[in-house]
Amino acid sequence: MASYQIIDHTYDVVVVGAGGAGLRATLGMGAAGLKTACITKVFPTRSHTVAAQGGIGASLGNMAEDNWRWHMYDTVKGSDWLGDQDAIEYMCREAVPAVYELEHFGVPFSRTEDGRIYQRPFGGHMSNFGEKPVQRACAAADRTGHAILHTLYQQCLKHNAEFLVEYFAIDLIMDQDGACRGVVAWNLDDGTLHRFRAHQVVLATGGYGRAYFSCTSAHTCTGDGQGMVARAGLPLQDMEFVQFHPTGIYGSGCLITEGARGEGGYLTNSNGDRFMERYAPTAKDLASRDVVSRAMTMEIREGRGVGKQNDHIYLHLEHLGAETLNLRLPGISETAKIFAGVDVTKEPIPVLPTVHYNMGGIPTNYHGEVLRPTKDDPEAIVPGLMAIGEAACVSVHGANRLGTNSLLDIVVFGRAAGLRAAELIKPGMTHKPLPKDAGDYAIARFDRLRNANGSETTAAIRDRMQRTMQNDAAVFRTQESLAQGCNNIDQVRGMLPSIKITDRSLIWNSDLVEALELENLMACAQATLHSAEARKESRGAHAREDFQDRDDVNWMKHSLAWVDDQGKVTLDYRPVHTWTLTDEIDYIEPKARVY
Amino acid sequence: MAEFALPANSRVQQGKTHKAPAGAKNVRVFKIYRYDPDTGANPRLDTYEIDLDDCGPMVLDALIKIKNEIDSTLTFRRSCREGICGSCAMNIDGTNTLACLKPIEDVKEDVKIYPLPHMPVVKDLVPDLTVPYAQLASIKPYMQTQTPPPPDRERLQSPEERAKLDGLWECILCFCCQTSCPSYWWNGDRYLGPAILLQAARWIHDSRDENTGERLDALEDPFRLYRCHTIMNCTKTCPKGLNPAKAIGSIKEKMIERR
Ligand SMILES: Cc1cc2nc3c(=O)[nH]c(=O)nc-3n(C[C@H](O)[C@H](O)[C@H](O)COP(=O)(O)OP(=O)(O)OC[C@H]3O[C@@H](n4cnc5c(N)ncnc54)[C@H](O)[C@@H]3O)c2cc1C
Ligand code: SF4
Ligand code: SF4
Ligand code: FES
Repeated sequence: MASYQIIDHTYDVVVVGAGGAGLRATLGMGAAGLKTACITKVFPTRSHTVAAQGGIGASLGNMAEDNWRWHMYDTVKGSDWLGDQDAIEYMCREAVPAVYELEHFGVPFSRTEDGRIYQRPFGGHMSNFGEKPVQRACAAADRTGHAILHTLYQQCLKHNAEFLVEYFAIDLIMDQDGACRGVVAWNLDDGTLHRFRAHQVVLATGGYGRAYFSCTSAHTCTGDGQGMVARAGLPLQDMEFVQFHPTGIYGSGCLITEGARGEGGYLTNSNGDRFMERYAPTAKDLASRDVVSRAMTMEIREGRGVGKQNDHIYLHLEHLGAETLNLRLPGISETAKIFAGVDVTKEPIPVLPTVHYNMGGIPTNYHGEVLRPTKDDPEAIVPGLMAIGEAACVSVHGANRLGTNSLLDIVVFGRAAGLRAAELIKPGMTHKPLPKDAGDYAIARFDRLRNANGSETTAAIRDRMQRTMQNDAAVFRTQESLAQGCNNIDQVRGMLPSIKITDRSLIWNSDLVEALELENLMACAQATLHSAEARKESRGAHAREDFQDRDDVNWMKHSLAWVDDQGKVTLDYRPVHTWTLTDEIDYIEPKARVY
Repeated sequence: MAEFALPANSRVQQGKTHKAPAGAKNVRVFKIYRYDPDTGANPRLDTYEIDLDDCGPMVLDALIKIKNEIDSTLTFRRSCREGICGSCAMNIDGTNTLACLKPIEDVKEDVKIYPLPHMPVVKDLVPDLTVPYAQLASIKPYMQTQTPPPPDRERLQSPEERAKLDGLWECILCFCCQTSCPSYWWNGDRYLGPAILLQAARWIHDSRDENTGERLDALEDPFRLYRCHTIMNCTKTCPKGLNPAKAIGSIKEKMIERR
């Protein structure tokens, strides 16, 4: 192995990731007086949070009466009872102060006539425990993620947070007790390698949408945190639950926010029918995402898709009028024009259910501490390691996330991680010496890939993986498709040792970055398919044609998947939390999920 | 926008040519600036022939196709592929723009791609943006108030007040405008440039911010603001349709108003 010069650093906390979750955590850590570094592979405002459109959920009640308990009920129901209700209660209660805090930070929210934050309807947001739609999504036009991410970055500037930009985190440093002691990262700009020692490492690296061929996510959503955790011998949780958003633009996959239906948009099939009325009589086009995506897929399957191949659906906004579209949905009007060639004031947008969000991820408690569940202690934690945001699985989204609950998740649990770290770490607390071999694992992996000279390019293997996921881990699943899928993905995983890299340099070697990312994606892809194959029920986004009902007796439990260095997947389970955080609300008992 | 800052003592040389596959019918030539920091050799212009029948519609699609199928060493930034993250800013066909929003169709002849002009180049199409990022931090682009916010609700702002931020807050910091501005080329160390001044305007016009006076004071300087000679390159090039020149004008108006 080539010898690399390694630069050592010591911090109280290292946050990996500068999306909404990472930035909110960084802010909190700094405010608590902890010496904190935030390392990120892209400049903070280029993180994927910037693409979020529709809104952030909070029961402010600016448009009509609302209550955090109703928000909690909707979230539990949306999760198809797989969410942990203590964490959900925490999130829905904290939502209101969290959004006010964002406003105080300067987020340019859209406003009501009386100067309050504007809120729009969104899928699955109902008043009075599921009765009728309520306007809960706090919006900055249809660029809410941009507004929030830029504002959080601005706040970090205000507090002189320390950023290491275009540093790619390779792997965690673990000690023999299984505690996390730091992380190794590579500075793309000058090619140097860095070893960070920290009391806490916080993974805020986002989702893994790019495991699929077509997704709404950015190219950088490659499950790096999940990959690092899997390589550290820790499990990933509920990975079979992948959200398909009903309205990705046909072809490009770019998202049209659910807020478009919130503002009055609706879907039609080739007969011009508003078919959602049949599938969800009350909520109609604003039913939960899994419900709408399945309905659309059924319509297409039964031959009522639109277009030359009858393979997509129309989303109508024409009737809203140019003025509303301009005021409330300017971003998606532009996106539809550029990526579908559609003038939304005149024609419908061709759309298709598209991979959008990963409910699964690194298991944590509601403080953000990462879990290493055992039979005796399903809540055991990994000392020194936290995870937040889409990379994590708290689990507040369970089997299906409600729209606007992710922006909420990232700010609420980003803040919670800061509060927890402040309890655990006293400023200036001494560091134990690192293990002798600290960082060797990461550097060996880096060196292996940098010199990889096999027969398959990263792009070729990635393409095989993405197509496998697209075909075999789709909206509807059967035993046959999933068993086949497990086989296929294991085979594609088997190609990794023959990967080939052409660029051997250290400075901005994006060929190598993509190879490192591919290994992370692959672990996620395997965990997804194997967890899905094992789960013999339908719940939320996991819809099985051979097991069409939810089975609370056998399957109300979180899946855990360990993916080892050889690509072998081992599964186990841990119980769902059937308690709330306080006695201000009772556990919400499971019942049938109708919209 | 014909001039480019090249690494010291260098001229762009003719590079390699990658031919289209046999049988390709709809071939387009892409000429792409390459710079390898490891060798320090002069930059070169590599030629790639791409079959457009087998390629997505945007320039970014072509770059990704090249990286995936022809030459994985080609280096560029990208993330969102929908014009919201600001990563893929580069000079295409003589104009600074986002590769992900630029249809190949809109370029008439060979597609020439260079990094954003007048910035140091790290590698290929990746410019070093340290200076504009530091300039952004220098204008204190965050809410400043003396009055504490109401403890249990939002600050109020009327829709009319909020509308003053439209056209300002949507900036994605791609720096297409910044690197198209001749004043910035020549005085980039002291002139803040259109992207940063647009950010300054975003706070000056926010009814919730209480430090307008200090913000204007900080710009009252022969260089930071007044190097803008209203050449309008910035506005012409902004891929998000924003108008930095107008934003700068609005700051100058505020300066006059308060005299
Ligand atoms: C198009 C779109 C629209 C959406 N709209 C909404 C919405 O309206 N409401 C809502 O609630 N949710 C929405 N979502 C979901 C939501 O935006 C995301 O789930 C959320 O922003 C994720 O935030 P995050 O902070 O966890 O991760 P991200 O924002 O993805 O940030 C990840 C960070 O980690 C860094 N990183 C990753 N890997 C590494 C590594 N190896 N080394 C160093 N750094 C690394 C990246 O640089 C980045 O800074 C939307 C999602 C999409 C795709
Ligand atoms: S209008 Fe001002 S900022 Fe814009 S390009 Fe001209 S000089 Fe530069
Ligand atoms: S004003 Fe336009 S061109 Fe300039 S940085 Fe912002 S988005 Fe880019
Ligand atoms: S890739 Fe994000 S702006 Fe082009």
